[in-house]
Amino acid sequence: MGISSEAGFILLATFIKTAVVLLVLLTTIAYLTWLERKVVAHIQARWGPYLVGPHGLLQPLADGVKFLFKEDIVPLEADRIVYWLAPFLAFSLAFLSIAVIPFGEGFTLGGHRFEFQIADLNVGILFVFAVTSLGVYGISLAGWSSNSKYSLFGGLRSSAQMISYELALGLAVVGTLMISGTLSLRQIVEGQSGFWHLSGINTYLPHWNIFVQPVGFLIYFTAAVAETNRVPFDLPEGETELVGGFHTEYSSMKFAMFFMAEYANMITVSCLATILFFGGWHGPVFGPALLRALLPVFWFCLKVFCFLFFYIWMRGTLPRFRYDQLMAFGWKFLLPLGLLNILATSLVVAWLNA
Amino acid sequence: MVPLSHYLALSVILFVLGVAGFIFRRNIITIFMCIELMLNAVNLAFIAFSRFWGNLDGQLSAFFVIVVAAAEAAVGLAIIIALYRNRQSLNIEDFDSMKW
Amino acid sequence: MEILFYICAALAVLAALNVIVQRTPVYSALSLIVVLCALAVVYLLLGAEFMAVIQVIVYAGAIMVLFIFVIMLLNAGREIPSQRSRLAQWLGAPLVLALLAEVLVAIWRQFPDTGGPAVAAFDAGPEAIGHLLFRNYVLPFEVTSVLILVAILGAVVLARKES
Repeated sequence: MGISSEAGFILLATFIKTAVVLLVLLTTIAYLTWLERKVVAHIQARWGPYLVGPHGLLQPLADGVKFLFKEDIVPLEADRIVYWLAPFLAFSLAFLSIAVIPFGEGFTLGGHRFEFQIADLNVGILFVFAVTSLGVYGISLAGWSSNSKYSLFGGLRSSAQMISYELALGLAVVGTLMISGTLSLRQIVEGQSGFWHLSGINTYLPHWNIFVQPVGFLIYFTAAVAETNRVPFDLPEGETELVGGFHTEYSSMKFAMFFMAEYANMITVSCLATILFFGGWHGPVFGPALLRALLPVFWFCLKVFCFLFFYIWMRGTLPRFRYDQLMAFGWKFLLPLGLLNILATSLVVAWLNA
Repeated sequence: MVPLSHYLALSVILFVLGVAGFIFRRNIITIFMCIELMLNAVNLAFIAFSRFWGNLDGQLSAFFVIVVAAAEAAVGLAIIIALYRNRQSLNIEDFDSMKW
Repeated sequence: MEILFYICAALAVLAALNVIVQRTPVYSALSLIVVLCALAVVYLLLGAEFMAVIQVIVYAGAIMVLFIFVIMLLNAGREIPSQRSRLAQWLGAPLVLALLAEVLVAIWRQFPDTGGPAVAAFDAGPEAIGHLLFRNYVLPFEVTSVLILVAILGAVVLARKES
């Protein structure tokens, strides 16, 4: 009794999808660092990297080589096991949530259905929240195990910030879930196809959730920026406040892993924002069958890229919050606003369904 | 298929390990963690029964156990912090002023 | 598929042993997180997908974070071995094993079938749980929310510094 050919095909397809997604993700992270340095530089009226390769395009490669060759310094009293575990945890959890993100419409090839998603869970969005909750450990353990004042404070502050904004993140999404009626990410996107029809007339406005959940989107994006420890919520990593925060005592590859984990989290959060509020892969689709299969992936990547650009734009423009302002904002403003959003959405949904 | 007795055996082993830790350890936070281990063993039993008897109530009981465990952990850890402030120790053998 | 259950069970038991054996509280906490995640996988194998994710989000992702925070704040170092009665320690281990053997035998007598579940797999998704939660169990649900409110107030009051 062996594995049937259908199961074997699914297994092979999953391996190939995982490999492709990992490869694309790692390259995206590398070039996101390049993009960030270029965009922030141009905002600040300077050039950014331009020496290594045309327009500095080989800079990420040079950075990778640099990280590999740097000396790996471990503090004397650092807790060895946890010190090694923390960046590994942060890195692997950051990459885990990509497994449920649907990148495009599937297509049928030779009788087999091929989806642009590694795993279609019917509690997909809860899986992403679960992985985000576990991501707090990477940072707090890094801060603790380095056995240094700056690291401990940075780690504790950063973890407290992350768990506070996790609440706002969850509440912001509940409104969208009430409208879509499902927790599966693929079904949430499929519910956003077509256009909005106002009393029978086709307004050529896409059927995206942003038009019915604007407040939800704003709360979600603000909480997401705070979750990923980016400007203006990056006090725990601010150089002027806490030296390096939780990654002060880390060097070479371990530091690079934290860095990559942060960018991977940014990408995950942007992917979720497009799936939940901006229609995922929906966009004008035309042409022959191959183009029809690949165009949704292109639209998805374009929307994610817009969010990533917006992240970098904020980094170059905004000053950072003070820690007490940050926590007060999360608990006293975003949380009540999220609850009000849920109340309003549930009233409207109940009234429309009656 | 895995029989019910295997799920229950796992639940019992985890529960007894929790009891053993609760009895033998001296650090108050570790004792608290063994309590959480016992609660998890019970959750596993609930969910295993829910599956094997086709009744969703077992999963809801596990849900309420998780929620109550969260509330209990919050209050318990606050008590531990208050105790630490008073005795500067996390060893339960130092909290014996009411023992005969 | 059954092999996955046995792997997760072995992992959970080893990690639970590590919880009660480690002298440093942080290692115990990390081992407890491993137990929680292994149990979440077992719940998935039992078809309880919602409970598995709730276990990870609430238990492993919130309660254990609270534990780790408190351990870091109180700077709980290595634990010194007990200075009290030796007799209790020598007597305790066999008694615990006796407890284990007794309950295992009771279970084996009560549930001897070696087959799988008699009932077919049913829908344990969030919708089914939501229906049950907000209809049959709405009173425990509301009482639990009051309980959480009381717990929040209690924790804030108890952990506050004397000012």
